Amino acid sequence: MANPQDFNSTDPIAWCPGCGDFGILNAVKKALAAWGKAPKDIVLVSGIGQAAKLPHYIKGNCFNGLHGRALPAASAIKIANRNLTVLVTTGDGDCYGEGGNHFLHNIRRNTDITVIVHNNQIYGLTKGQASPTTDPGHATKIQSKGVILNAFQPLEAAIALGAGFVARGFSADSSHLAGLITEGMKHKGFSLIDVLQPCVTFNKVNTYDWYTKRIYKLDEKYDPVNKTAALEKAAEWPDKIPIGIIYRSETKDYGEKSGLDSMEPLVEQPIDDIDINPILKDFS
Amino acid sequence: MNTELTIRICGEAGQGMQTVGETLCSLYQQAGLNIFANQDYMSRVRGGNNFFQLRIAGEPLYTPRAKADILVALDAASIGLHAPALNEGGIIILDKKKTGITQENKSFCDVPLSDIAIKTGGKEIFLNAVACGAVSALSAMEFESLAKVLRKVFSGKPEEIINKNLDAAKAGYDFINSSPRKNTFSLKKGSHAGAMVMNGNQAIALGAIRAGCKFYTAYPMTPSTSIMDTIAHYAEQFHIIVEQAEDEVAAINMALGASFAGVRAMTGTSGGGFALMVEGVSLAGMTETPVVVALSQRPGPATGFPTRTEQADLNFLLHAGHGEFARAVFSPGTAEEAFYLTVKAFNLAERYQIPVFIMTDQHLADSSRDIDAFDTGNARVKRFIISKEESKKISGYKRYALTDSGVSPRALPSWIEDVIYVDSDEHTEEGHITEDADVRVSMVEKRLYKKYAGLKTEIEKPVSHNTEGAKAILIGFGSTYGAIKETAEKLGTDCIHLPQIWPFPTEELTALLAKAKKTISVENNAGAQLAGLIRRETGIKTDASILKFDGRPFDADYLIDRVRKEL
Repeated sequence: MANPQDFNSTDPIAWCPGCGDFGILNAVKKALAAWGKAPKDIVLVSGIGQAAKLPHYIKGNCFNGLHGRALPAASAIKIANRNLTVLVTTGDGDCYGEGGNHFLHNIRRNTDITVIVHNNQIYGLTKGQASPTTDPGHATKIQSKGVILNAFQPLEAAIALGAGFVARGFSADSSHLAGLITEGMKHKGFSLIDVLQPCVTFNKVNTYDWYTKRIYKLDEKYDPVNKTAALEKAAEWPDKIPIGIIYRSETKDYGEKSGLDSMEPLVEQPIDDIDINPILKDFS
Repeated sequence: MNTELTIRICGEAGQGMQTVGETLCSLYQQAGLNIFANQDYMSRVRGGNNFFQLRIAGEPLYTPRAKADILVALDAASIGLHAPALNEGGIIILDKKKTGITQENKSFCDVPLSDIAIKTGGKEIFLNAVACGAVSALSAMEFESLAKVLRKVFSGKPEEIINKNLDAAKAGYDFINSSPRKNTFSLKKGSHAGAMVMNGNQAIALGAIRAGCKFYTAYPMTPSTSIMDTIAHYAEQFHIIVEQAEDEVAAINMALGASFAGVRAMTGTSGGGFALMVEGVSLAGMTETPVVVALSQRPGPATGFPTRTEQADLNFLLHAGHGEFARAVFSPGTAEEAFYLTVKAFNLAERYQIPVFIMTDQHLADSSRDIDAFDTGNARVKRFIISKEESKKISGYKRYALTDSGVSPRALPSWIEDVIYVDSDEHTEEGHITEDADVRVSMVEKRLYKKYAGLKTEIEKPVSHNTEGAKAILIGFGSTYGAIKETAEKLGTDCIHLPQIWPFPTEELTALLAKAKKTISVENNAGAQLAGLIRRETGIKTDASILKFDGRPFDADYLIDRVRKEL
């Protein structure tokens, strides 16, 4: 097994001290070390936000694209070269807000990618506005009388859409989270790991303390293959908040259904002199 | 003997005008005649009024005529709508009984299409074959030629269906042949007809396949969709993945993801969808990720005329994307140009690591001509990546290494031992986020100045017919090529067609216009966008602009009339 330090990057980190993102970064490195592939065979894809900076802090290929658009880029990277291990590091604004449509449809697309959502229930990079997962009533500078929109329920949505791996972690428990990421990477298809992550600067409601009092780990008595039970478990909020694998089921992923798995990866296909003459006859 | 013939088949959406039209295209092309076919259709699946128009002659054709010699009216409304577009001496094929028409007119040629169809095939659906037979007999074609084409059109269908179509066609053919209308429009044969019949979108699709595109992704949008249809048809054979995106934002971001991973990728759309892609265009510029985008224009603003034609997105495309970065825009005027320029677009995108656009419109997208088989020797893939072999020798790789050409050698993830960082933020040579002012200046110069310096050395030259002492020069881009060419030939003017609109062919055009007596831009838009571009890039103010923005293409007659007024 490789060492998490093998995935250290030299790029200086620009997060606030105490940010929950550090725990996620450590968990990703642990999971990559356990995965056993070299940095050159890993791609981390991100959009915009604090979570989106994470790929720079890892030794691995990085495609840091547009706000909300990490998922389409990630799916296509996997389609282009199925030998790459593709992870997405995104946030609650990036993935559930700006990129909501891609969240829906990439679960449907079911490429073999692992999506880690840094869910701090607030907008950090833009300094403290409500995110899609901010609980109703939470007051911010913009939503001064408290959020009046219903909170987006990522786990329930993902289960309902047919995602085959849906989990929730907590950034302060990096070993547990690393285990979830590893399991997500093993799952062949779209894997969602929603990570509760305190924003120490802009979220004064959902603090380390707030989460710690509510979070509990799912144990072996919980059976994540039962979809109805999983939906119920996913809906547990906010008095008790379960972390662990909420739902898992075997799925046929895009690579299998599209035929990609049975051909040379697209990137390896020779293109120097493709003979189109046989099909020109179709136009004569 | 006629030198040319125009046939217009009109009716409600869903009545099969396209099947009749395409069958007739094959018939005349197989007989060694040249054809130009265009389609005028409404944004609806059933009802309304659509037409398929086919021009036939013994010499190469590039543009439609305004009026038809034969109108095939499949419904009553078509007669009123299209009779004004009938030439003197023209014939309208109609089924009086079916359409309930009672009046008489010397142009009417009553063919009981429906009755013949039911009698020969048992169902009214065979009336399209009856119509094909009638038109063949009017234009003095051999029935056996039509039978051969019909067998091909219906190949794959059960033998019984093929035979019923043949019987129906023969009955229509015999009906005219036993009437005085027989052979009204016999056509003078030409010297050379192209081996293929193809429209602009099909040519772009074949260009993409030849260029090694392995990933095409788009959200369906008229008039670009048939590019995706065509590639999807051949996807399995050529190991291409065609992915229908959830929206155009996803489409361009998927294309960029695939391209980052090393695959030649493309997307296509029309104005509204392109508006959604614009941020992704900017991402391509910033991350220096090659991508090819087909922008098949239709009239806007907003939803506009979904199924019609316009060239009003020129300024939009030239400026699409926030920030400054290099791009190239091709504007093919024929299916041949569409093919070769698509291959070039992929090579150029990869060489300069930029977005390259193929700008067309509904008219080019949906118009078919007979063309020669492509010379694939002139459509070669040129690769500009660090090969797998060379990749083994790379160490200390920097994705955005500063070079004189502005182009950093591009390695692919997993092919090299190093890792690759790509970022939409301003970045260092290593690809990490930076706010450094000096790095910023170097990177902007790289993406804009240096790349343009290279791009300008390989601009596709303007196509000029260079008529000595011409009274005027007509200047156009894209699908107006055929109309300006034929008008110039008939009126003895010159014409210049620009197959590449960006980087602008400033020096070439300035030289071509040096001795012009009069310059006229011909554009399918209201804003004279080409004339504005010419002035901006060359300082030359065109003397006049002929603008058409009714959603319909230029035809030879219309343009000749408009140019005459300017001379």
